[in-house]
Amino acid sequence: MSEANGNTGRVPVEKTYKLFVKGEFIRSESGRSLPVPDAVTGGVTNVARASRKDVRDAVIATKAGHHSWAGKTAYLRGQVLYRLAEVMEGRRGELVEARKGAGASAANAAREVDASIDRVIHYAGWPDKISLLVSSLNPVAGPHYNVSHPEPTGVVAVVAPDGDAPALLGLVSTVLPVIVSGNGALVLAPESDPRTAVVWSECLATSDLPGGVVNMLTGLRSELVSQVARHMEVQALDVWKSTTVDDALAKEAAVLGADNVKRVKVRDGRGKTFDQWASDDAQGLHCIEPFLELKTVWHPVGL
Amino acid sequence: MATRKQTSTRVTRQARAEQRNGKHRPTSRTGTGAQEAALVVPTGGTRGPRGYRPPKSPPIEAIALEERAASIAKRSIKKASKVEGLKLAIAMMDLTTLEGKDTPGKVVSMCRKAARPSERLDLPSCAAVCVYPNLVAVAKRALEGTTVKVASVATAFPSGQSPLAVKLIDVRRAVDFGADEIDMVIDRGAFLRGDYGKVFDEIAQTKEACGAAHLKVILETGELGTYDAIRLASDLAIEAGGDFIKTSTGKVQPAATLPVTLLMLEAIRDHVDAGGRNIGMKPAGGVRTAKQALQYLCIVKETLGDEWLDPDLFRFGASALLNDVLMQLEKERTGSYAGEDYFSKD
Amino acid sequence: MATDITKKTHETKLAPRRERAGWTYAPSPEAKDHVRLKGRYDLFIDGKFVAPHSGKHFATHNPADESHIADVAEGDEHDVDTAVRAARKAFEGTWGKMRGSERGKYVYRIARRIQERARELAIVESVDGGKPIKESRDVDLPLAAAHFFHYAGWADKLDYAFAGRRARPLGVAGQIIPWNFPLLMAAWKIAPAIACGNTVVLKPAETTPLTALLLAEIIQECDLPPGVVNIVTGAGKTGGALVDHAGVDKIAFTGSTDVGKRIQRAIAGTNKRLTLELGGKAANIVFADAPIDQAVDGIVNGIYFNQGHVCCAGSRLLVEESIHDVVVRKLSRRIEQLRVGDPLDKNTDVGAINSKMQLEKIHELVAAAVSEGCAIHQSSAKIPTKGYFFAPTFFTGVSQSHRIAQEEVFGPVLSVITFRTPDEAVEKANNTMYGLSAGIWTDKAAKVFWMAKRMRAGVVWANTFNKFDPTSPFGGYKESGFGREGGRAGLAPYLEMV
Repeated sequence: MSEANGNTGRVPVEKTYKLFVKGEFIRSESGRSLPVPDAVTGGVTNVARASRKDVRDAVIATKAGHHSWAGKTAYLRGQVLYRLAEVMEGRRGELVEARKGAGASAANAAREVDASIDRVIHYAGWPDKISLLVSSLNPVAGPHYNVSHPEPTGVVAVVAPDGDAPALLGLVSTVLPVIVSGNGALVLAPESDPRTAVVWSECLATSDLPGGVVNMLTGLRSELVSQVARHMEVQALDVWKSTTVDDALAKEAAVLGADNVKRVKVRDGRGKTFDQWASDDAQGLHCIEPFLELKTVWHPVGL
Repeated sequence: MATRKQTSTRVTRQARAEQRNGKHRPTSRTGTGAQEAALVVPTGGTRGPRGYRPPKSPPIEAIALEERAASIAKRSIKKASKVEGLKLAIAMMDLTTLEGKDTPGKVVSMCRKAARPSERLDLPSCAAVCVYPNLVAVAKRALEGTTVKVASVATAFPSGQSPLAVKLIDVRRAVDFGADEIDMVIDRGAFLRGDYGKVFDEIAQTKEACGAAHLKVILETGELGTYDAIRLASDLAIEAGGDFIKTSTGKVQPAATLPVTLLMLEAIRDHVDAGGRNIGMKPAGGVRTAKQALQYLCIVKETLGDEWLDPDLFRFGASALLNDVLMQLEKERTGSYAGEDYFSKD
Repeated sequence: MATDITKKTHETKLAPRRERAGWTYAPSPEAKDHVRLKGRYDLFIDGKFVAPHSGKHFATHNPADESHIADVAEGDEHDVDTAVRAARKAFEGTWGKMRGSERGKYVYRIARRIQERARELAIVESVDGGKPIKESRDVDLPLAAAHFFHYAGWADKLDYAFAGRRARPLGVAGQIIPWNFPLLMAAWKIAPAIACGNTVVLKPAETTPLTALLLAEIIQECDLPPGVVNIVTGAGKTGGALVDHAGVDKIAFTGSTDVGKRIQRAIAGTNKRLTLELGGKAANIVFADAPIDQAVDGIVNGIYFNQGHVCCAGSRLLVEESIHDVVVRKLSRRIEQLRVGDPLDKNTDVGAINSKMQLEKIHELVAAAVSEGCAIHQSSAKIPTKGYFFAPTFFTGVSQSHRIAQEEVFGPVLSVITFRTPDEAVEKANNTMYGLSAGIWTDKAAKVFWMAKRMRAGVVWANTFNKFDPTSPFGGYKESGFGREGGRAGLAPYLEMV
C-alpha cells in the first residue's frame, strides 16, 4: 500500500489489482481497468474491468472448480474453510487497511474484519452438518429404501452486496453459504470496494481452496450482471440489490435467468445496517439452502 | 450298470459344460453316499466342489419381479375367457395325492375324477394324477383307456436325503410300475452348500433312469431362500436334462407362488431363446382357487405365449383346485354361485 | 350366459395345440353406472359453484372416442380476480389463523372422501384423460388420497419441520397443473398448501378439468371454509391471469419447460415465490450385470406408463452395448404383450393419447426419427379407429443428437442408445437440459451408489422406476424446474421462515 515511508526513503511496492479466476490472478482479457479512489492516500488505484469474455472464462473455471470441490469430502471442505479463516486472521491487517482504503473508519474496519473471520469459522463447521439436517430416510409405503439428500446446485453467480454494505462481510456472508455445500461461486465484486475483494481473493488463493471454486470479477455491474444472468452454464443467481443493482437491473437478471430456469434469489441489501449483516440471523442453514438441490434415490429391498 | 450310468452322465455334463464355457471342465465322480460326503471339498472360484461350473444365471430383482407378477395377476378374466381358461386349467392339472394315509381306494376315486372331472359338464380330463410309487400300479389300472397320465414322485420324495443309488432305484421301480412321468426332488442340501455338480449329476442320472418317462424336476423353491437361487436351480435343472421344472413338493411353505413361477418361466424362455428345447413348467402346492389358476395362465401367456398354454408344457400340481374350478364353471353356466357340497370330494 | 361347456364333445382331451386359437382376454369394461357427472360445470369460487364472468363454457372430450363429456366454465381475469379475493379473505379471515390441528382435520376429511369416491374418480379420470383404468384406480387415486393424508398430519407439526426456524404460511397460492395426472397433481398442489395454512386458486388443465371439479364438490362436502380452495377452469389465458395477479403470493406450476420459463419471466421483479416442476428426458440406464428381465419390465413401466405422458418418463434407454441385442429382443417381445385400447377396460395397459394435439406432436417426432434414419420398433397391437391412440414404439440406432433423443415426446416412444463404460453412461445421461429423473439397473450395489451420485437429476430410481410416494420429495435439477413436492421438503415452498 502507498503508505508514507519517509523515514527510510524506501519506495513501497504497489499491488496490481487483478481478476481472480481459476486460482490465478489475471488481467482482464480486454485490457481495461477502472480507477478506484483510495480514501487513505487520496490517490487512485486501478482495478481490472472484467469483460464479457472474462465472464465466459470465469464460468468455465467455476464449473471446473465446483466439480473438484464437490468431489472432496465434507470433512475436507470444512478444514479448507477453517484454513481460510486462519489465512484471513494472518492477513487481518491487510484486510483492515483495504477496508479503510474504501472509506471505513479504523474501528469499523477492524470490527468488520473480525466479524468476517468469525463468519468464515461459522461456515467452516457447516459442510458436514448440512446433509445431517436436510437429508431424510423417507418412509414410503412399499418395499423400497428411499433417501433424500442435498447436493450443490453447481455454478452459482453471486452479485455481492455493494454500496453502503460492509464489503468484506458482505462477500463472506454471500459467498461462504454458496460454497460450503460444494458449489462453485462466480462473484461480481462490489464496485464500492473492489480492492478488498481482491485482497480477500488472495486469502482464498492461499487457503488450500481449489482453484476455480471462487472466481472474483471486478468491474461494472451494468456490464456484467446481464452477462452472468444469461449464461446457460450458470445454474443459480444470488442477486443483492444495492447502489449498483437497482430494481430494474435485478429484474432484468431474473428475466434472463429464466432462459435456463436458473434458481434466482433476489434480495435487497439496501439500507441493511452493519449490525444486521453481522447478526446471527444473517448466517446459517437458511442461507445455504437456496443453493442446494435435493436428490431422492429409490432402491428396492427384497431377496 | 452303475458304471455305464456314470460314464454317460459324465459325457453329458462335460458336453454341456463345454458347450457353455467353450473349454474342458473336470468331470465328476459319483459313488456311494459315504464317498459322496467325503467328496464335498470346495475347490474355490466360482466352481463348486467336483469342478462343476454351474450355469451363469442372471441376477433377479425381487421387488420388481413381484410387482410384475402382481400386475399380471390383476388381469380381469371374464365370461368366455374365463370358461376357456378354466377348461384349460383342468386339462393342465396333475391331480395329486401324496399322503402317508393314501390307499388304493382313495387313488382309484381320484383317478375317476381326473378322467371325468364332472358328471354335469363336459370337460377335458386332467393331464395326470400324481401319486407315490406304491400306488402307481393302482392308478395305471384305474386309468386304463383314458388319456390321463400317471405321474409318480420319486428320488426319496420329499426331502431327497437318501443316497443316489436308493433314489435311482426309487425311480426305476416307479417306471416299472407304469409311471409315465417322474417328479423328482433335487438335493437342496447339496445345492445350498454349493455342490452343484452333485445336483446336476443326480438330475442327469434320474433322467436316464426314467427311460421314456418324462422328468419333472422339483426345486422346492420354498427352501432355496432367494430368487437368485431359484433361477440358478432352474437353469441347472434344465441344463441337466429335466423335461419340466416344478416349484414344490407341497410339503414346504411357501409352495408355488406367482413370482416364482414367473421367474422359472423366464428361465425357460431364455433357454429356448438360446436355442434350447421347450421345457415345461409346473407350479405345485398353494394353487387352490380358480382365480389363482387363471392368474397363472395369464403369467404363462404373457411370458412364453400361447404355445405354452398346453398340458405338454404347463401343469398345475394340485388337489383342491379342481373343485373350485368346477364350482366356477358351474357358476358361469347357471349364473348362480355354487355350494361346495354339490361337488364330489374324492 | 350360455357357454359351450355343456355341449357334448367326443374327445375328453383338448384339441391339439395347433388347432386351438390362442387364449384371449375378453373385454372387461369397468362399470360406470355409479358415476355422477353433470352436463355442465361452473367455477368453484368462495365455496360455491358460480357461472363464469364471460358466460362461456368449453367442451371436454373423451380422447378414447372423441365424444363430448361435459361443458366446463372458461374463467377469465375477472373470475381469477374474484377467486384470488376469496382466497385472500379466507386466508385472513379463517384459514390463516386457524390452529394447525383444526386445519389438519379438514385436510383429513378430504383424504377420506377421496377414498370413499375413489372408484368414481378413477373412472372420470380415465374418461376425461384417456389413462387406463388400472392406473387411475391403482396409482392416481390411492396416491392422491395419500397425499392429503400425509399433509393433513403436518398441519400441526410445522414447527418441527425446520430446525431453529418458525414457519408461517405465505398467503394465497396460485397453482397451475397439467393434464397427465389431473387429480394427483391437484392433490400434490392443494394438500401441502392448505395444510401449511395457505389458501389456493387452482387452475386445472383445459383437457382434463373434471376430477378437479369433482374434488371441488368433495371439498364442499367436507365443509371447508369458503375460499380456502378455489378452482378456476380455463386454458392458458386463465393461467396467465393467475400468474399475473398481484394478490397472489406464490405460484406453483407443473407443466412444460417452455411455459415454466414464461412464468418465471412473468414474475421476475415481483415478490411472488415460485416452484416449477417441468419437463424431462430421463435416462434409464441398463448395465450388462442388471437383473435383465426386471430391467425390461422397468423400461416398459418407465416409458409406457400413462402412455408416456409422464414428465419423469424413462424416455432414453441407455443400454450397455454388450447386452443391446438381448434387451432389444426382450423389449420387442414385451411390448407385444401391452394391450392398447379402451381406457376403461381393466386389461388395458396403454390407453388413449390425451388430445389430438398431443397425438400430432408424437407423430411428428416419430416421423422425424424415421427420416433421420433411426430404426423403428412398434407393437403390432390393433389401434382403435376412433379416438387418439399410439402403439408402443421404440427406436434403435439412436444417437444423442437425434431429435427423438433430445426433445420431450411425452408419448409412448422410447429411444435406445448404447454406451460402453459407466463414465460414458453418466456423460450421456446428463447430456440434456433436463434433470428430473434417472434410472439405474445393475446388480452391483457400489455401482448403484456411484451412478446415483453422478446423476444430475432430482429423482433416481435404482432397480425400479416410476415410483411415487407422498413422503418422497419429487422435483428437478436444471431445466426440469426447482422446488420439491412430497415429504418435509414439500412444505418449504408454502412456508415463510421467521
